[in-house]
Amino acid sequence: MVDIPEHLLLRSAEARAKALGISVEQALAEMKGETEPTVVAKDPEIKVIDETPAPAAETPEAETPEAETPAPAAEKPAPAAETPAAETPAAETPAPEAEKPAPEAEKPAPAAEKTAPAASKTDTPEEVDFAPEVKVTQRLLTVVKAKPIQKPVAEPVDKVNTWPHLMLPEFVSLMAMTAFLILLSAILQAPLLEEANPNVTPNPAKAPWYFLGLQELLSYWDPQIAGVMIPLVLGVVLWMAFPYIDRNPETHPSKRKFAIMFYTFFLAGAGVLTIIGVLFRGPGWNWTYPWIDGIWFDDLLDWIHFE
Amino acid sequence: MQKLSLRDKIKEARISAADSFRGGKLMSSIFRPGSPFRKGYVDSPRNRSYVVMNNVLYHLHPVKVKRHGVRLSYTLCLGGLSFFLFIVLTITGIWLMFYFRPTELAYVDIQNLQTSIAFGSLVRNMHRWGAHLMVLVVFLHMSRVFYHGAYKAPREFNWVIGVILLLLTLLLSFTGYLLPWDQLAIWAVTVGGNMAGYTPVIGAQAKFGLFAGLEATTATLLRFYVLHVLFLPFIIVIFMAVHFWRVRKDGGISGPL
Repeated sequence: MVDIPEHLLLRSAEARAKALGISVEQALAEMKGETEPTVVAKDPEIKVIDETPAPAAETPEAETPEAETPAPAAEKPAPAAETPAAETPAAETPAPEAEKPAPEAEKPAPAAEKTAPAASKTDTPEEVDFAPEVKVTQRLLTVVKAKPIQKPVAEPVDKVNTWPHLMLPEFVSLMAMTAFLILLSAILQAPLLEEANPNVTPNPAKAPWYFLGLQELLSYWDPQIAGVMIPLVLGVVLWMAFPYIDRNPETHPSKRKFAIMFYTFFLAGAGVLTIIGVLFRGPGWNWTYPWIDGIWFDDLLDWIHFE
Repeated sequence: MQKLSLRDKIKEARISAADSFRGGKLMSSIFRPGSPFRKGYVDSPRNRSYVVMNNVLYHLHPVKVKRHGVRLSYTLCLGGLSFFLFIVLTITGIWLMFYFRPTELAYVDIQNLQTSIAFGSLVRNMHRWGAHLMVLVVFLHMSRVFYHGAYKAPREFNWVIGVILLLLTLLLSFTGYLLPWDQLAIWAVTVGGNMAGYTPVIGAQAKFGLFAGLEATTATLLRFYVLHVLFLPFIIVIFMAVHFWRVRKDGGISGPL
């Protein structure tokens, strides 16, 4: 039998006591099977559900027909249950139980008396009809296990161990970068011109390559706009604020075409300006062609040679 | 039983000595459980986790990463390479500091470095090309992040830190540009400093503060040197720490697309 928690049993007993007008202790004892159920003894007519004469079971005479034929009853216990004698509470027990009274059938009267309490004790309490006349009452149907009400939101993510699946490619790319850098440094000599002289201005004087796009812009517009407003407003403020301006949550390129276009436009613009500044500007910031007039960018002096 | 030759005996003794050294107290005090350098390392899921958890350097990473994130084509390792180039530049930079004085002697020091000091030219080249590469790689890293939309919630603030890191990288490169103290250096910095002079309202002050005077002199050289070797690396390391920390706190690698 399932262990019913004490407080649930008590609550059920209270409801039953209220319905039948008995004390809670009594109801509880009945439910535990310690005493005979109140109603069954009190009101036998209503108890009869399968419409068989119940009173017959309680008389010793009723047992006699069965006692006269002990052998068939013992051999076929199940059909015996169909006889009026079997309509005692014992009849509610499963077939094996019916074998018990059969050997004692020679002493019919005590046997019948014995079977009734024996049945109520061996039976599970669920099978005992506690309150047949009160069909609507509180019953413990089931004990529901504790479960979360909310569904977990997190989806399982396909993950792999960092070691070795991430650290191996990282290590390889790190080694490749080291090899590339050492090779580059062995082949290409970093420029070192004559000593710094504030009195001799080279023509042209160029900034480092990452500022050459700006220097190129400076040759078009007023320095206040090209040298300050564009790098400061566009380059720093807009750039930093970009995630706060672009509120589109999509990440797939096909769903954020404007952002992709916007970035690519500025990337291309900065790239073109930088390349012009590095390769196509000569003395006096005039347009030159590197394959005709040579390179006017000292960092690249050792890189490319045009005859 | 076959008699062992002296050669085999020595080999056996060497192996057992190496084994007892690897399993000894010294090595197990240095390498925490799960280290592949410990004796008895076996390739198990538990040990794979320990490799990351029990190592301070690998601790930048979580124990597990999303499968698409380990594909080289997803990140091209650009963020990691930026960090690696920073480390290379720190190491070569410290080496160069032994031979460099930020005074009128700077140019002579560079000349001596290239001609008289073993590997001097190579290390200087590595530092210079590495710096250019770092600017490029950081910029490409930013572009990769943009095209993947990886700056979107909850990673907005890490993008801001990333832009700051890019600016600091440019500043580091720019301050280093002056240090060889040749014509290329002084005039590139003069052009850059003059651009700062166009700032509205505080232009003149910005230029004066940058040059430590009205034009590029040895005072500028000292100023740029201190910024280059001490101040800016200090700042960038702090921002890098926050950047890496936020990468993990914001849920690791973004995507998949």
